[in-house]
Amino acid sequence: MRIPCPYCGSRDSSEFSYSGDATLTRPTPDNADAMFDYVYLRDNPVGLHREYWYHAAGCHAWLKVTRNVSTHEVIEAVLAHDEAAS
Amino acid sequence: MSISRRLASGGLIDRSRPLNFTFDGKTYGGYAGDTLASALLANDTMLVGRSFKYHRPRGIFSAGPEEPNALVTLRSGPRAEPNTKATTIELFDGLKASSQNCWPSPQFDLRAVHQLAGPLLNAGFYYKTFMWPAAFWEKFYEPAIRASAGLGALSGLDDPDTYEKSHAFCDLLVIGAGPAGLAAALAAGRAGARVILAEEDFVLGGRLLGDTAQIDGVSAASWAALAEAELGTLPNVRILKRTAVFGAYDGEYGAIERVSDHLQVPPPFVPRQRLWKIVARQCVLAAGAQERPLVFPGNDRPGIMLASALRTYANRFGVTPGRRIAIFTTSDYGWRSAFELQKAGAEIAVVVDARAEVSPEVRKLAGNAPQFLGAHVSDTSGYRRLTGITITDSAGKTRRVAVDTLGVSGGWSPSIGIATHLGGKGSWAEEQSAFLCDERPPGMQIAGAAAAQWTLAQALENGALAGAKAASQVGLGLQAQKSIVASDEASGATPMWLFKGSRRKAFVDLQNDVTATDVALAAQEGFRSVEQLKRYTTLGMATDQGKTSNVNGLAILAGEIRKTIAETGATRARPPHVPVAIGAFAGLHSGKHFKPTRLTSSHAASAALNATFVEAGQWMRAQWFNAPGENDWLTSVTREVKAVRSTVGICDVSTLGKIALCGSDVGTFLDRVYINTFSTLPVGKVRYGVMLREDGFVMDDGTTAHLTADHWVMTTTTVNAGKVMQHLEYCHQVLWPELDVQTVSVTEQWAQVAVAGPKSRDLLQALLGDAFDVSNEAFPYLACAEFHVGNIPLRLFRVSFSGELAYEIAVPAGYGEALFNALMQAGKPLGVTPYGTEALSVMRIEKGHVAGSELNGQTVARDLGLGRMMSAKKDYIGRTMAAREALVDSNRPTLVGLRPVDRSHRLRNGALLFARDVTPAPDTNAGFITSTAFSPDHNHWIGLGLLARGPERHGEIIRAWDPVRSGDYELEVVDPVFVDAEGARLRA
Repeated sequence: MRIPCPYCGSRDSSEFSYSGDATLTRPTPDNADAMFDYVYLRDNPVGLHREYWYHAAGCHAWLKVTRNVSTHEVIEAVLAHDEAAS
Repeated sequence: MSISRRLASGGLIDRSRPLNFTFDGKTYGGYAGDTLASALLANDTMLVGRSFKYHRPRGIFSAGPEEPNALVTLRSGPRAEPNTKATTIELFDGLKASSQNCWPSPQFDLRAVHQLAGPLLNAGFYYKTFMWPAAFWEKFYEPAIRASAGLGALSGLDDPDTYEKSHAFCDLLVIGAGPAGLAAALAAGRAGARVILAEEDFVLGGRLLGDTAQIDGVSAASWAALAEAELGTLPNVRILKRTAVFGAYDGEYGAIERVSDHLQVPPPFVPRQRLWKIVARQCVLAAGAQERPLVFPGNDRPGIMLASALRTYANRFGVTPGRRIAIFTTSDYGWRSAFELQKAGAEIAVVVDARAEVSPEVRKLAGNAPQFLGAHVSDTSGYRRLTGITITDSAGKTRRVAVDTLGVSGGWSPSIGIATHLGGKGSWAEEQSAFLCDERPPGMQIAGAAAAQWTLAQALENGALAGAKAASQVGLGLQAQKSIVASDEASGATPMWLFKGSRRKAFVDLQNDVTATDVALAAQEGFRSVEQLKRYTTLGMATDQGKTSNVNGLAILAGEIRKTIAETGATRARPPHVPVAIGAFAGLHSGKHFKPTRLTSSHAASAALNATFVEAGQWMRAQWFNAPGENDWLTSVTREVKAVRSTVGICDVSTLGKIALCGSDVGTFLDRVYINTFSTLPVGKVRYGVMLREDGFVMDDGTTAHLTADHWVMTTTTVNAGKVMQHLEYCHQVLWPELDVQTVSVTEQWAQVAVAGPKSRDLLQALLGDAFDVSNEAFPYLACAEFHVGNIPLRLFRVSFSGELAYEIAVPAGYGEALFNALMQAGKPLGVTPYGTEALSVMRIEKGHVAGSELNGQTVARDLGLGRMMSAKKDYIGRTMAAREALVDSNRPTLVGLRPVDRSHRLRNGALLFARDVTPAPDTNAGFITSTAFSPDHNHWIGLGLLARGPERHGEIIRAWDPVRSGDYELEVVDPVFVDAEGARLRA
């Protein structure tokens, strides 16, 4: 599988670490129930999914990758930094 | 004396380069350009092995990778490679091969008695027979069956060869260099596309090499050579010979290049095989088609071969495998093969076509040979070699014809396996009598015989079109293509799946000894899907993956269950399409090269001081140093500890992770990742910190130094360095991108040495002289500084892991060895002692510091006695989850010190802890010992452990229970700090 890193271009997936669901937002510390869901509960969707990939053997950027988990087609990869800042 | 079956002339072999080889210890001759199979056939050696289950004599059946029978062990000793197909082994001088699954030889195999047990060995026999008594299966039946059935054996020795992995990128990958593949590569290559042409064989051409047709006015083989020459002139085309594409994966193709398999031994610095990951924007699958055998009684005798293979042996290798050859066909191609064989000088004894009607032009191809239409072969004779066939004609009359070779031709099955690897499935096309593939990997076209474009002219045209289309798909203009002129040929075929006759076995799968009766039995017993049929009968398994047997098997199944082939369907093909050595997947990452070995800059100096090294993560660290006369690790370690506690020792601690943090918000950032506060840490100070995972458990600990206003440096444990780096980058990039922070790993950039012991200040004074004031007033406990000695930048931290007055001194890694040596030199008058990780560990246990054994992913800060560090004034990673009820439960096992009541007793890590009066059981367990050491200070073993309500129990006598090491002894619970509890030494 290839992942189009915004810094490094199309790279082999073996350069990246997978880190799961990128649609979650870290809750405020006072909300223990929401924090529990954030840490442990995950959906198992079919089709398109947004997930974190870390370019460990490259630029060290955290990416949000849109991937079809049924076909492994990678649709898009953006810098998590940019999305989080906007 | 064996007879030569080599024709006087012809073939693509190089008769000026004779080669010698041995098979089963006997020496034979062949030529460059031969395969092992063609060279054996030239020496009239047809019988090469015994079958899988029944140990029936088996001969060479095909001329390519679909070979089910001729599996041999190539080479010997550690390079022995079992189950290699003789039909794909390129002959080299000195080649040694041996037969498999027979004893003592293929000619005379004692296990042939299995044929008498045939009725016991039918489909699913292992579920039905050998079942009683049940205990016998594992101990007796299974080992016995496994020993007598099966394929070749592994040598059990280490593989002496190396393997490589490589990436390649192209616009177009062409799989197969037959007529369609060559035409596709030419079309796309001429248009300027970056093309990789991968061919499994050692010569390009595919079927062209076995053909005498004319293309563009030259012979088919010459045309292939001209095409190769032209491709060779195109800088944008790369030809990979001896390279089998074995799978389509997500966005890439896997291929295996047999770089040195055609040589006796790989040349120096050349791998045996190379695994390619090919990223291709477009792909043309031009893998051709497999000729289908025919299923009739006695169809497995040596001498019965695919008709197309006979043609290939004659035209490509100049070998006629037999003296008198019969052809049994249901397609026009059988007649074409008869024609080509006659042209090469072989005698065709008879052509039998099961079809009632065959066009006169096709019948002309057989020349003067007798012909039977609407007839079939109903029996065969001959044990080690075919001696005759029985023909049942359309009227039911039988006659026997003496032949030593029979070519069979049941039409063609397109080789679409790679097209179905991403989930597509072949669907049966009635008109072409073949499975074709509509749902293909993105960017893949199928061309030539793989797309049922059977004739030479069709394949060439189809391939050229596919190549041109691929070029336009990648944005290159369509070029006017030179049209390729080839003679066309008749391609009629009517599939017929099973011919009745004598009661002999009619084999469907030669490699797995699956017969038509087995398929019928499976259907009768309810195994009616093709996937069930495969598992129950083993049809289509093992090294050939049913390349010659799958379609016949499922067609017979369809007949049995009265469904169409389209309804029955085919089994799913999965990668790899051809067997791939595990070593190729490992590449260079084998043995010690599995991961990098990282050496500290003091490694050589430590080795010179007789250090014993230990792996810590990827690093090699000095574990202890052997002084003269020491032959026991504990003696060395105890000496090192005593030296540090009484004078001074040095220890390379460069392996700790070091992360530089820069920016104006680093303090805020650290407040959020550590449980304690860092934003208040002044410049020139160091603080110990603990960080949690978001689930509340401890992730790592270490010190962070505030070097200058916006420059901090964090240390992590050796093994967690990568994980912490990744975590910090997540926190910064994903959670708090608004903070002005930059992080970078500087672990490799700085060498760091701990200087510990009451004389450590004296040693630093001696080393630094006037360059830096190391007095307690100028540089107190937990101070840090960055300065230069000469032009060498130097960092000094006053931190202590041992509990003694101690420093850590860091220099750029290039000066690491010089620093270590300078400390040894300057410390000589003080009696400086280098110490290793064992002494380090003893001293941290004596001091009650937690390390890897306690930071085990299951402990929270309170468990480690670090609960007071958890700031209540701020949020930090893991704070909310660490407050969960179960994690603040006072019954949780918590850090304690332990010492044996009988002081001579040795403590061992992992021993379970219980109150003195309970019976050891899971529900009475109160914790376990995490770390142990022999304390030179106390002169007995001590330990750290996690004990339920530990801090309340100081002074209590508990029980350590260690059933796996026969340990059962009493411990006293004590404070975890065994040495200098008030911390006076480290502040001295």
